[in-house]
Amino acid sequence: MIFSRALQFRYADGPELRFDDVALPQGDVLLLRGASGSGKSTWLALAAGLRRPSAGQLTVAGQDMAQLPAAACDAWRARTIGLLPQKLHLSDALSVADNLALAYFAAGLPRDPGAIEAALAALGVAQLARRKPWQLSGGQSQRVALARAVLLAPKVLLADEPTASLDDDSARDALTLLQETARRCGASLVMATHDARVLAALPQAQTLQIRAESRGQPAPTELVA
Amino acid sequence: MRTLALSFRYLWARPLAAALNLLLLSLGLASITLMLLVSEQIDRAFQRDLAGIDLVVGAKGSPMQLILAGVFHIDVPPGNIALAEVKVLQQDPRVAKLIPLSLGDSFRGFRLVGTTADYLHHYRATLAQGALWRAPMQTVLGAGVASATGLKVGEHFVGAHGLGGGGHAHDDEAFVVSGVLAPCQCVLDRLILTATESVWQVHEQAPAQGEPEQRAKQAGREITMALIQYASPLAAVTLPRHVNSATSMQAAAPAVEVTRLLRMVGVGTDVLRGFALVLLLTAGLSVFIALWNALRERRADLAMLRMLGASPGKLARLLVCEALWLALLAAALGLASGHLMTALVGLMLQSERSLPVSGWLTVAAELWIPLVAVLVAVFAALIPAVGAYRVDAGELLDAR
Repeated sequence: MIFSRALQFRYADGPELRFDDVALPQGDVLLLRGASGSGKSTWLALAAGLRRPSAGQLTVAGQDMAQLPAAACDAWRARTIGLLPQKLHLSDALSVADNLALAYFAAGLPRDPGAIEAALAALGVAQLARRKPWQLSGGQSQRVALARAVLLAPKVLLADEPTASLDDDSARDALTLLQETARRCGASLVMATHDARVLAALPQAQTLQIRAESRGQPAPTELVA
Repeated sequence: MRTLALSFRYLWARPLAAALNLLLLSLGLASITLMLLVSEQIDRAFQRDLAGIDLVVGAKGSPMQLILAGVFHIDVPPGNIALAEVKVLQQDPRVAKLIPLSLGDSFRGFRLVGTTADYLHHYRATLAQGALWRAPMQTVLGAGVASATGLKVGEHFVGAHGLGGGGHAHDDEAFVVSGVLAPCQCVLDRLILTATESVWQVHEQAPAQGEPEQRAKQAGREITMALIQYASPLAAVTLPRHVNSATSMQAAAPAVEVTRLLRMVGVGTDVLRGFALVLLLTAGLSVFIALWNALRERRADLAMLRMLGASPGKLARLLVCEALWLALLAAALGLASGHLMTALVGLMLQSERSLPVSGWLTVAAELWIPLVAVLVAVFAALIPAVGAYRVDAGELLDAR
């Protein structure tokens, strides 16, 4: 489950972001809505323990983020969070199977070839295991990245704009795949999206509207872009 | 996948850059290896050839030339000295041992040295085949000469006038090989030794007629130089001055001249060392640039590892491991090519009948090569590793 109250985050030299409260039961779906640069990615980074809240309370999968020491945060993330960023970040230096194995390397666990094969098979891309990421189509890449995100059976699956730049059919497939995958490992699914199709496809999902707190400064995400 | 294996994969993900860096680092290490091997062997050769020779007496001229010609046999002698004067010197109580040397002829570039058996005993040379000369015109070959010329015991050869080879051949005076020395790793390996009388016989063309003429000839006899061992350390103070002032001969102390020589050559080795260091520095810099670029190119990869739960330290280790791979591969390659280059230098020197240098020996100082490689690589990896440590995975989510 995910629970937040009066959550705030302030960039070192940027505006302060305030987020509405969330209470998401384990296994449910949460949509983060808002315009580009409104802070959706920041909320994901907070939930993944990649950034620290400046104020307020955030509990992810039973872990109070304020209580999690920085040193333990990486190990916690490896076990608990599956991340599917918008840019998939598959390493071209490695084969598809080795890209999945990076999850074991990052978590400090021994490689489990059987689990890698099963994860790829579950997403219908087992035959691509020996390919290099640059040889894959966009849809195949997303499946591989998703397989990597759920390889260690996370409790929370965070996806950033999973349907951006996909046509209608592919977007529907991607959403079905995400939901199925999350359900299979019993994970809560959080999607940051500004795509109306997602909202239409998931009418039962909780939504969190994120508003940029404009104080005369552009949001930092726009600076990066 | 362990850090070592993964860093190896990342290293060779950019094969051209990896190969170029490897080459650069290897070249730096190879030139250091070459420098170590050559200077060590030259030092050793000097030490071996010099051992026990306190003074060289020869014709007036350059003392350095005298030493180079008389001890190392890599220069022509300044001239000859009268046998009579040497005999007087030999009676001097300050002289413990005196070895006469007569130069002038050569065979295929190898010097013929007329001397006494003392010369062989001095270097503790032993015969591998045959026996010592018992009469003039019998010769004992150094091990290097025997292998280079293929001459065997009992075979005849004709010496050429002059030390360089290709001079006028003494057709009528053939030498015979009576023995071959075992390799002594000293100057004798490159010499053909014979009795002093052989040299006289070759150069006194007309056979002596009658007793008085014979005596006159004997009175005018010369040798080229003499190697002297002092009877006591005190002789070092008085004997050279005595020879230089009271005789027509010149005395040169090898220790002094070699120190002078090494000081002059030392500038050369210092320059070589400087070049090697600059090369190494360049290599270190290039490794640094490569890792820095790798960090920038792979910032996303590294951030993704952070997303997957890798600690910052793990990313830093990954980068340092990549540098270590480069270092170890370069150390192996550098050592191998350093030895190869030394062997090549040795071949060149051998064809000039100069100092013996081999690529197939190891010196203790080479143990420093891998260490230096690792130090350079780790040092080059330091800043990129800190950069990897600081990779902010949150950025990855922000980036559109």
